[in-house]
Amino acid sequence: MKSGAKRWLTIVIVLIAIVSAFSGHFNRYYLGIGIDIGINIILAVSLNLIMGHTGQFSLGHAGFMAVGSYTAASFTIACAKHAPESAAPFLLLGGLIIGGLMAAICGLAVGVPTLRLRGDYLAIVTLGFGEIIRVIFQNMEAVGAASGLTGIPNYTNFFWAWAAAAITIYVVTSLVNSTYGRGFIAVHDDEVAASAMGINPTRYKVTAFVVGAFFAGIAGGLYAHHKTVLAPTGFDFMKSFEIVVMVILGGMGRTVGVIIAAILLTVLPEMLRPVAEYRMIIYSLLIIIIMMARPQGLFTLKRSKGANA
Amino acid sequence: MTDLLQQLINGLALGAIYALLALGYTMVYGVLRFINFAHGDVFMLGAFAGYYLAGPVSKVIPAESYLGGIVVLALAMGICALLGVIIELIAYRPLRSRPRLTVLITAIGVSLFIEYTCQHEKVFGASPRKFPDLIPNTTWDIGGVVVGSAQVIVLVTTVLLLIGLTLIVQRTKIGTAMRAVSFNPQAAALMGVNVNHIISFTFGLGSALAAAGGILFAMNYSSIDPLMGVQTGLKAFVAAVLGGIGNLPGAALGGLLLGVIETFAGGMKGISNYRDAIAFGILILILMFRPSGLLGKQQTEKV
Repeated sequence: MKSGAKRWLTIVIVLIAIVSAFSGHFNRYYLGIGIDIGINIILAVSLNLIMGHTGQFSLGHAGFMAVGSYTAASFTIACAKHAPESAAPFLLLGGLIIGGLMAAICGLAVGVPTLRLRGDYLAIVTLGFGEIIRVIFQNMEAVGAASGLTGIPNYTNFFWAWAAAAITIYVVTSLVNSTYGRGFIAVHDDEVAASAMGINPTRYKVTAFVVGAFFAGIAGGLYAHHKTVLAPTGFDFMKSFEIVVMVILGGMGRTVGVIIAAILLTVLPEMLRPVAEYRMIIYSLLIIIIMMARPQGLFTLKRSKGANA
Repeated sequence: MTDLLQQLINGLALGAIYALLALGYTMVYGVLRFINFAHGDVFMLGAFAGYYLAGPVSKVIPAESYLGGIVVLALAMGICALLGVIIELIAYRPLRSRPRLTVLITAIGVSLFIEYTCQHEKVFGASPRKFPDLIPNTTWDIGGVVVGSAQVIVLVTTVLLLIGLTLIVQRTKIGTAMRAVSFNPQAAALMGVNVNHIISFTFGLGSALAAAGGILFAMNYSSIDPLMGVQTGLKAFVAAVLGGIGNLPGAALGGLLLGVIETFAGGMKGISNYRDAIAFGILILILMFRPSGLLGKQQTEKV
């Protein structure tokens, strides 16, 4: 299993290296979609740790993304004035890490009180937290309030997005496949049995939540420096749900499936542009049909025993 | 003092609408144990049904009369009850034996489907519309407190519907069956209750109340759009949890409380901008300190 994680990392890194060497010649539109894919992979894989591996249904992932993106953007905007042009990669890296840490702190603050709840109660509480975070940003004058934050330097490129995606995949798969990580799966499969075996379910849930929130924050930082404009409405319940759909479509707990789903769901809306007015209707119908026909995910061939939550 | 009274009346009128919606959430949760995310959209469809019915009805019964208002309300409730039953039949019934998460996600899918279909220009279109006056629009000034006829109608209708619902649930045979199914579906089925019929009935009843809520909301705020049910629906769900989910008087109480709290918060300087976050803040506090809600019974988990 461990070699599987490393293999994936190598494949992705080689891909990045090849693509970013030629990125100067690429069409900007396709390059933009490529960056979007990288960001969505980070979001989907990090939510997969919370939902798929640990079995905690969270509808607030966009909230952590919002925290990360606003923090990272504020950091680079404040520093870019005093730093030379060549410092851009360091500023971005600093912004991403600060944004990720801030999101992780929020994840801890949200996770500790709420992770005692289960199933749809947890879903509605995480949704509530996401909404609260959005309303706070909507009223914060320092980050542009309802009109949004503008003038963010355009630092994110293909290399950064995919390198971060590769690190996310590596950390999440290594974590889940480590001895410690068996605890996540145990909590997912049967919480009561896990705690009878001496595993503290709350601790594992909070760990998954904090790690997931950290990477969501990184994705948010990349997003901010890719779009260069942030609006609080972009981080509402719909955005969280989009990420949830990626995880479910890919098959909960299936890293490879989730990555494919993230790619597919980023490319699909672009392909549906000719029928733009029906795009979201088709999207929502697809969700209903998939939940009826293949609730285990599109890319799952066989289910392991007992993993039917 | 008059200010406080004014806020209280506005809050109660809003809370009554939350209460009507919360009842639907709580009843469905009682029998099926999942959050019907599409309930807020049935609320919206109720308002639109009222919008389109107002014209044809006014040809038979003069517009802006109380009788006309009642006819529109009753027709819209009937239409939405039917819609609720159909949604359950198509989207939720095939998933009856699946994990609850699957049903929950399907419910979100249904909700998105209704929202995006209704936003399409060939259906309702995305822009807000003005809701016609269904009843004579008068206001009374009682010692400085201004009360509109719409607010009175909202409160009176809600009270009447709540009495009707209580009678159905407590006094009729089908109400007894509903309570039996929500207590234990397997045992109810063994006692000869047709569980599927009861679930359909519950959806119909809940959707009719949502439609009534939608029309009353539209009468009070006079503007409707296809996304009006999203925030209102979420808040009404919070109201249901606040009162104790699965508990009918709790849902009514939770709705009224939430409406009053929100209106008072909206009137205060400093926190008025955070009005939309208050409902969720309350939800989190309730779930942390009293997960079973104000009137709910504490349930111990069996292994």
